[in-house]
Parts: sequence; C-alpha cells; structure tokens
Amino acid sequence: MTIIREPEGGTLANFFSVLGRAVHLTLQALCGLPGVLFRRESRQTFLQQLYVIGIGTLPVATVVAMFTGMILTLQLGIAFKQFSQELMVAYALSFAMLREMGPFMTGIILASCVGSAMAAQLGTMKINEEIAALEMMSIDPVRFLVAPRMWALVIMAPLLSFFTCIIAFLGAAFVGYTQLNVPFLQFIFEIVSVAEVKDLYVGLLKTAFFGVLICTISCSVGFATIQGAAGVGASTRRAVIYSFLAILAGGYFVTRFFYVF
Amino acid sequence: MSSEHKLDSPFAVSFDNVVKTFGDRRILNGQTFSVKAGELFVIIGPSGTGKSVTLKLIAGLLRPSAGTVKVLDQEVAALSPQKLSALRRRVGLLFQGGALLGWKTLAENIALPLAEHGGVSRAEIDRRVTEALAEVGLQEAGALYPSEVSGGMLKRAAFARAIIENPDVLLFDEPTSGLDPVMAFTIDSLIRKINRSHHAACIVVTHDLVGALRYADRIGFLKNGQFLTIGTPEEIMHSELPEVKAFLNPEHSEVVYG
Repeated sequence: MTIIREPEGGTLANFFSVLGRAVHLTLQALCGLPGVLFRRESRQTFLQQLYVIGIGTLPVATVVAMFTGMILTLQLGIAFKQFSQELMVAYALSFAMLREMGPFMTGIILASCVGSAMAAQLGTMKINEEIAALEMMSIDPVRFLVAPRMWALVIMAPLLSFFTCIIAFLGAAFVGYTQLNVPFLQFIFEIVSVAEVKDLYVGLLKTAFFGVLICTISCSVGFATIQGAAGVGASTRRAVIYSFLAILAGGYFVTRFFYVF
Repeated sequence: MSSEHKLDSPFAVSFDNVVKTFGDRRILNGQTFSVKAGELFVIIGPSGTGKSVTLKLIAGLLRPSAGTVKVLDQEVAALSPQKLSALRRRVGLLFQGGALLGWKTLAENIALPLAEHGGVSRAEIDRRVTEALAEVGLQEAGALYPSEVSGGMLKRAAFARAIIENPDVLLFDEPTSGLDPVMAFTIDSLIRKINRSHHAACIVVTHDLVGALRYADRIGFLKNGQFLTIGTPEEIMHSELPEVKAFLNPEHSEVVYG
C-alpha cells in the first residue's frame, strides 16, 4: 500500500476517498495477522503494544472505573433508598456497566491514551520520512506498523473492558456498604446474579470493535500528517476527537444490532 | 549493476518531458534527462526548484502529472503496487534526515530490509550488517540508537541501510547538508566508493557544487523545474551561465534566486 498520496478532486470525492482508504487499511491490517504472529519485527511490536495497551492503561482505567462505579452507586442509591430498594442499584449497575459503561469507558480511555500516542508516533514518522523510508525498503507500513497495533487493541480492549467492569463493581460495592448499608458480598452477589452472558459478550465484542475504530482512525490520521510539529499536534487532536465520535456512533449501532433486531 | 538484472536500454533512469504540479504550482516543467547504469549524476540548483521532487518521482513516492519516468526499464507510474515494491528493492534512497527508526539500534535499522524480506539467515544478516557498518566506518556504533549518535553518524548509518541490498540505483537527498566539511568529504568519498564498487547508478541532490565537482561524472543544474545545463564537472566549472557562476562564486555574483 502506498501511503503517500496527494489530494485529488472535490470535498465529497475526498470524503469517499478517505473512507475507502480507511476501510482498506482496516481490512489490510486485520488480514495481517499471520505477519503479526510469524514475523519477528511485527511480533515484537505486537507484544510491546499489548503491554502499552494492557499494562500502560491499567492505572487510569482503575481510577476511572472505581470512581464511576462509586458515583453511579451513590447517585442511584440516593434515589432507590427513598423506596427502600437499595439492592436495585446492583441490578442497574450490572446492566449499565456490562452493556454500555464498561465498553464506553474503555473506548474513551484507549482513544485518549493509546490512539493519541499512535497518531503522534505515526505522524512524527511521516514528517521524518520514516514511513517513506519503509516504503522504499519495500516494507508495507500497514503490515509493519498498523497490523500489530490493530491486533493488540482487538485483544486487549475487551480484557481491559472486563477489568474496568470488575473494578467498577468493587467500587460500587464499597459505596453500597458504606453509604447504603448493603453488605459488600451481597452487593457483589446481586450484580453477578442479574448479569446475563449476552450482556457480557456483546460488551466485549463492542470493545473489540472500538479497538478497530480507534486504531483505524488514529493510524489513518497519523499517516495523513503534514506540516511538521504543528501537524503532529493537529493529528493527535483529530485522532482523539474522531475516535470519540466513532465510539459514540459505533456504540449505538452495535447496541441496536444486538438488542433491537 | 547486479549481473542478474540486464537492461534493454543503457539508462538506469530516464525522464521524458516530465511535468509535476502541486495544485497551481508547477514544480517540474518538462524535465528530460537520463542517467546511465554505473554513472554518478549530481543535481544541483537553488532551493525549491524540484530537486527532491525529482528523486521522489524516481522512487515512486510521487507520480508525474505528465511525461514518463523510467527506472531500470520500467515506467514507474504504470507499475502495480507489487511491481513497484519489487522495483524498490533495487533502488536505495538516502533521505535528508536519515529517516532511521528511532526505536531500533543502528544495526537493527540496517538489518531491517533483509530481516523483513526473508530468505536470509540470521547469521548472514549479521555478517552483512557488520560488513555495511565497517564500510561506512561505524563498526563500534551498531548497538547505539539514532538519538545517541551525531548527524554524520546518522547519515552514514542510513547510507549503510540504503546499500545493504546492493541496489542498482542509489538516490541521495542532500547527503552532506548540516555536516562539517570533514564529514561532508567523508560522505562524498563514500558515495564515490559505493558508486565504483557496486556499479550502481547514483543520483545525488545537493547544494554543494564544490563537492560535486570532485566526485560527479556529470552534473545537472536545475532551475525552475528544468535543467539549464548538464555537463561534466569540467564543463560546469567553465560554464558561462550566470546561475552556475553564482553557485561557484556566490560572493562575486549578482544573481538573486527568487
């Protein structure tokens, strides 16, 4: 794939051109799995990205998930306590976290921490002509740079989403115990008992889909970087904004696909 | 020129009436020239006249707006991505800033094309990298990262990467820019040495006319997207063109480049 292209045509043509390239990049990166597993260089990048995505985002994910669970429990608890239905908080939280909040929070964290870094790195590489150098060495930048990142996100994003849900439940149970006088283990038991397997796997699938969106957007924006350091800054900002929008829109369509049709 | 690759024409690179525009800006304006296999051709000229664009057209990183660019008997713009990729394995390009990957050591950067293309054992890769490092005088620096070395070392490492697969065409974009005179002389000598030992067609874009006079087979002076003159160093040295004279003796020149 030749990354260095010149803009052609009008705005609409450009839009479809960008969309077409993004879809092509996604398919090419997903088809690059054998290279990720069996080529030494790509495998190294893949393992490094697994670490960056998985371990690198754990502190942020822990804090965000913990406080999200605590805040939701506090707010819902105040409402449900008026009807002496404190345990309903567990039901609402299980439903919300597994279906929407867990994947959504994970997507936002990954877009902010990982997507921005991807766009900045690839943008800097573009400016420094490292992408062109890869092409000159007949090394496909998508296979070499994007595929390992894409697969690392597809694998780690659902795991991170599962982790954020667990931490959010623990934070919720803590607030349930301290503020709503619900025993800690009973709160956890209620969450688990109302959780449905479908909610879990749809949530995990949704997060993997978010991973694909974040990687596609961040890498496409990074590859399109122009105009030096200012361009890298602009690309990073664009990658985060576009990823947020894609996560919101994508989340809606996945939910609709699994729960409405 | 690798013995397994025989050319139909004597030219490794040829431009036929090539035009390149970016929006309304016409960078190359009907450029026509050829470089023979094994020849060392230097392109000089003021900034913004299309020197680097010429190299990128040869490398297939840009497409001509009109005209034909042929490299090793193949029209670059007409090649499929697979054929372009195959052609690029026979073309080395030394980028102005080196363009080494920052997270890899110099040795890993040099080994990258061999490691990625496969078919070469680890021991063979190590041997060739050691050889390439020695050729550019960086025997001791293979384990260092690009951020840990000087500009001259960086360019020499990039040089080693460009030649590791024994290309038939070597392109150099401002190989001596930002270097002290001694290092610039070292790089110039390396270009000459590689040109002679590998018999590759070398095309060098530079502002350093004095250096070019020392090692070039032919020199082309580019201005406003066209060659004003192409000749041997001797011919360029005695050129009556004011632009060329200005390059040779800027302090005695009244030519101002716009």
